[in-house]
Amino acid sequence: MIYRANIRPAWVVLILLLCFAIAFALAKSTESSSAGKNADKQEKAEKIDLTKFKNSETNEQCLKCHGQSKYTYENAETKKMINKRMYSELIIKRDEFYVSNHKGFKCADCHSEDYAIFPHAGNLRMESKPNCLDCHGGDEKYAKFQFEKIDTNFMASVHSQKHSEDFTCWMCHNPHTYKINARTNENLKETITYDNLICLSCHSDVTKYELLTNKEKPNILLKHEWLPNQASHFTNVRCIECHAQNKDTLIVAHQIVPKNMAVKKCESCHAKNSILYASLFKYNVRENIKKQGWFKGLFLSETSTIGPDQNNILNIISLVIFGFTVLFILIHAVLRIQKSH
Amino acid sequence: MTMENHNEPLYLYPVWIRLWHLLNALFCLTLIITGLSIQFSNPTITVKFSVAVAIHNVAGVLLSINYIIFFIGNLFTRNGGYYIISVRGFFQRIKVQFHYYTIGVFKKENAPFPVTTDSKFNPLQQFSYVAVMYVIVPLAILSGLGLLYPEITVNSLIGISGLDYTDLLHLFCGFIVTIFMCIHLYFCTFGKTLISNFKSIINGYH
Repeated sequence: MIYRANIRPAWVVLILLLCFAIAFALAKSTESSSAGKNADKQEKAEKIDLTKFKNSETNEQCLKCHGQSKYTYENAETKKMINKRMYSELIIKRDEFYVSNHKGFKCADCHSEDYAIFPHAGNLRMESKPNCLDCHGGDEKYAKFQFEKIDTNFMASVHSQKHSEDFTCWMCHNPHTYKINARTNENLKETITYDNLICLSCHSDVTKYELLTNKEKPNILLKHEWLPNQASHFTNVRCIECHAQNKDTLIVAHQIVPKNMAVKKCESCHAKNSILYASLFKYNVRENIKKQGWFKGLFLSETSTIGPDQNNILNIISLVIFGFTVLFILIHAVLRIQKSH
Repeated sequence: MTMENHNEPLYLYPVWIRLWHLLNALFCLTLIITGLSIQFSNPTITVKFSVAVAIHNVAGVLLSINYIIFFIGNLFTRNGGYYIISVRGFFQRIKVQFHYYTIGVFKKENAPFPVTTDSKFNPLQQFSYVAVMYVIVPLAILSGLGLLYPEITVNSLIGISGLDYTDLLHLFCGFIVTIFMCIHLYFCTFGKTLISNFKSIINGYH
């Protein structure tokens, strides 16, 4: 008698597939639930009429002085109008602020309301300023920007390790002008320049650089002298591509590594199996879908994963196995023909 | 096991199976050729890369749809029964079949597991068909899906991009299917005549 296990393989596979789907859905839901949905809306909202802005009237009270290089006030005693130069770090550029990510805020959202009184009280400058995570941390709405991951990466970066609390998000991302770029800008070169200027704002500006260190500011051009086609690299590659630990996602690259760990080998980028490969492949597919729609962008795209599998040992092993299979078939066939005669 | 009169043709392959099988073969071939073309992208000897990718993607999706038809068909028709492996004595039967293929066939012995309406496949066929259709092909489809929508792959595992694993798995499955197809085609010459099995899968009668 033949014993039959009372299940069809199809059912087993179906159950396995269901388990897989559930596990996958769970894993994904924890990653980023709202990713992607708001990206388009945000893009469209970028170009706005300054006068339309909801808090612009309130903010103008501050920008009247802080929006320009000089300010004017009346001396209470002499009743004379006095013109003074505004300290450059306290100037908020209107045109940059009103297209920045924080354009919707009132100044008093982050700064003390006591600033409404002029002259400002001296102790106000001691106020602690909010950090990115104070507002963006643990918020579903911002989950897609992965602020927590950024924070973890930043904490492990040389910026944080070497300068501890002196180094805040604001060192690189000016809260008054910071504008999300890599996700929304269609012009890749602009994005590269924008991102690199963030690094250069300290690394090529001695006054800012010396705020944090007593070391002499290194000459970036000399330090990168070894790099072939330096100019081309500088205009086409972001600093963080080599100086930050790159994961599969292009978004979180805040873990700036010590200089001895920076990418220095040509083939790290210029080989088929490069550090840029995985993230760029994903990026390319995403972009194709965005531009050409689901069908054309996906099925008829020219992107494919060429490379990581181009492993010589694997190629040889598979060729040998295939060769033996064909050889076995040939020998078997010849023997069969011989015996049949 | 019932022995049946072999002079009377058995109707073993209903129309849906024959259609599925034909499409499956066509898509598999297309996928293997374009897949090799993508893998060893060499514009002088293979299909143009972009064309190969587009064809591969479309054929992959069509094969997946075709697989779903096979899958559902096997759940609800008696054809699925042929894929149920009887556990007891299975290795013994595999050995007998293997012995037949390696020695018996040269001594003009009769096939140890002749085709009947109860069991269409011999033990080796049964094992390899279940392995390919219920393990390898689903894995190929899933990993292919992962490459088509790279956002759904694991970001990284022990420092290697999840895309690499997915890609490797996809290649592995594609390779197994290629090997399977070669052996499958060869062993189809083991019918009453060299081409009788090929005729069967076209007209349905064994």
